[in-house]
Amino acid sequence: MSEVDPNAMDEVSEQEFDADKIKLLPGSSEDGTAATFQIIDEDHTLGNTLRYVIMKNPEVEFCGYSIPHPSENKMNIRIQTYGNISSVEALHQGLDNLSELCTVIETKFSEKILAGGYLAEEP
Amino acid sequence: MSNIVGIEYNRVTNTTSTDFPGHSSNEDHSWDIEKFKDNFEINISHLTERTANFDLINIDTSVANAFRRIMISEVPSVAAESVYIFNNTSVIQDEVLAHRIGLIPLKVDPDLLSWVDPAQDEKEKFTDENTIVLSLDIACTKNPHPPAGSTDPKDLYRNAHVYARDLKFEPQGRQVDLFKNNPVVPTDPDILIAKLRPGQEISLRAHCILGIGSDHAKFSPVSTASYRLMPDIKITEPITGELAKRFQKCFPSGVIGIENDTAFVKDARKDTVSREVLRHEEFNGKVKLGRIRDHFIFNVESTGAMPPEEIFFKSVRVLKNKADYLRNCPIGQ
Repeated sequence: MSEVDPNAMDEVSEQEFDADKIKLLPGSSEDGTAATFQIIDEDHTLGNTLRYVIMKNPEVEFCGYSIPHPSENKMNIRIQTYGNISSVEALHQGLDNLSELCTVIETKFSEKILAGGYLAEEP
Repeated sequence: MSNIVGIEYNRVTNTTSTDFPGHSSNEDHSWDIEKFKDNFEINISHLTERTANFDLINIDTSVANAFRRIMISEVPSVAAESVYIFNNTSVIQDEVLAHRIGLIPLKVDPDLLSWVDPAQDEKEKFTDENTIVLSLDIACTKNPHPPAGSTDPKDLYRNAHVYARDLKFEPQGRQVDLFKNNPVVPTDPDILIAKLRPGQEISLRAHCILGIGSDHAKFSPVSTASYRLMPDIKITEPITGELAKRFQKCFPSGVIGIENDTAFVKDARKDTVSREVLRHEEFNGKVKLGRIRDHFIFNVESTGAMPPEEIFFKSVRVLKNKADYLRNCPIGQ
C-alpha cells in the first residue's frame, strides 16, 4: 500500500499538463532575470516551501510569494536573480530541489519505519 | 547564528530562519541535497494504529508546515457525499441526518477508488470504481417484554438508537471481489446517528466518494495533525537547595531533576513552555527558555481509514507531485 508504484513516473510524463496552471505576470525585466509568476490553485503549502528552496539558490537575489486575495485561488511568486540564470531557470531548479528533498524525506521515513525501535502504543 | 528561538518574559527573539546564501559571510547556506541528507533526521517516538508521534530534525518550518497542511487538507479519503433519503419519520431532519452520515469516518483504502469526474453526466458519474454504497434501513418497535420497572429506552424499545454500525455496505459490481476480505465499515461503530421511537423509521442510501479536506472536513484523513518545536531549557547559574525544589515545580513533572541538591534539565521534551519560571524573581538570570527552530515534534491522529504513517507518506508524495507537475507545466503569458 505504501510502496511506490514504479509505473507512477511514466504516468506523469504521459499525462496532460494544464496550460493555465502557471503564467508570467506583467512587470518582468527584458533579460528575464526578474519575473513574477502566477500559479493557479496553489496556496501557502507550495508557496512558502518553494520560496524557501528558491531563496537557497545562491544565484537568486530575491524571492517572495503572496496570495493577493484570500478568496481567489491564485499564488504569485516573484523571483529576481543576480543575472547568471533567468528567473524561469531559478523556478525550475527550485522545483527540482523541492522534489529531491521530498524523495530524501520519504526514503528516510520508510527506513525508520522498517528499522523499528519505537513504541507500538501510546506512552 | 543560533537556531534557538528565545522565549522571554514578554517577548520572543530570533524567530526567523536565516539559513540563506548571502546572510553571513562565513557560512555557505546554498541548497545541497547531500548536506541535507546528512543532517536531516527522523525519530519515531510511537506509532499505533491511530496515532503517531515523530520528530523531524534539521528541516525548515516552510517544509514541515507544508506536510502538516497537506495531511489536514490534501490527502484524499472517502466519505459520504450524496445521501438519498427514501423515508425519514424520525425527529432529526433530512439535511441534518445527511450531514451526520457524511462526517462518519469509513474504513476504506482510498487507493481502491478512483476520482469522480464532476464534468460527467449525473447518470454516468457514479460507477463501481469510484463510489461505495451504504444503506441504512432501520425501524423502531416496542419491546413486547421489557424488564419490569425499567424506563431505559434501550429496554423499552428495539432500535431506539441508530449507530454508525447500522450502516450496511452494499458492494456494487467488481466491489464484491475487491472488498471481499475487508468490507467497508465505519471506523468507529459506536457513533450515534439518530434516536427513534416506536413507529419511526429511517431508510436511505449513501454514496461515498473520494475527496480532500480542503473541499469538506469530512474528507480529512486526520482528526489532528500538528507540530510543536522542541523546548530548550538552559540553566545558566546553579540552582540549589530549597530553590531547586521550587524551580522544579515551575515545570511539568519529569522536566527538571535534582541531583546532589542541584537542579538539572532531565527531559526538556516534556516541557509545555508555560514560562511559569519567568514569573518568579528568584530565578531571574538563572535560566534561559527557548525552542529549537528546526526540530519539529509531529503528532498525527488518524480517523482510522489509514494508518498515520501512511498519511504522512502520502503528504510527502502530494508535495512532490505538486513540484513535479508544476515543473512540467508550460509557462503562459
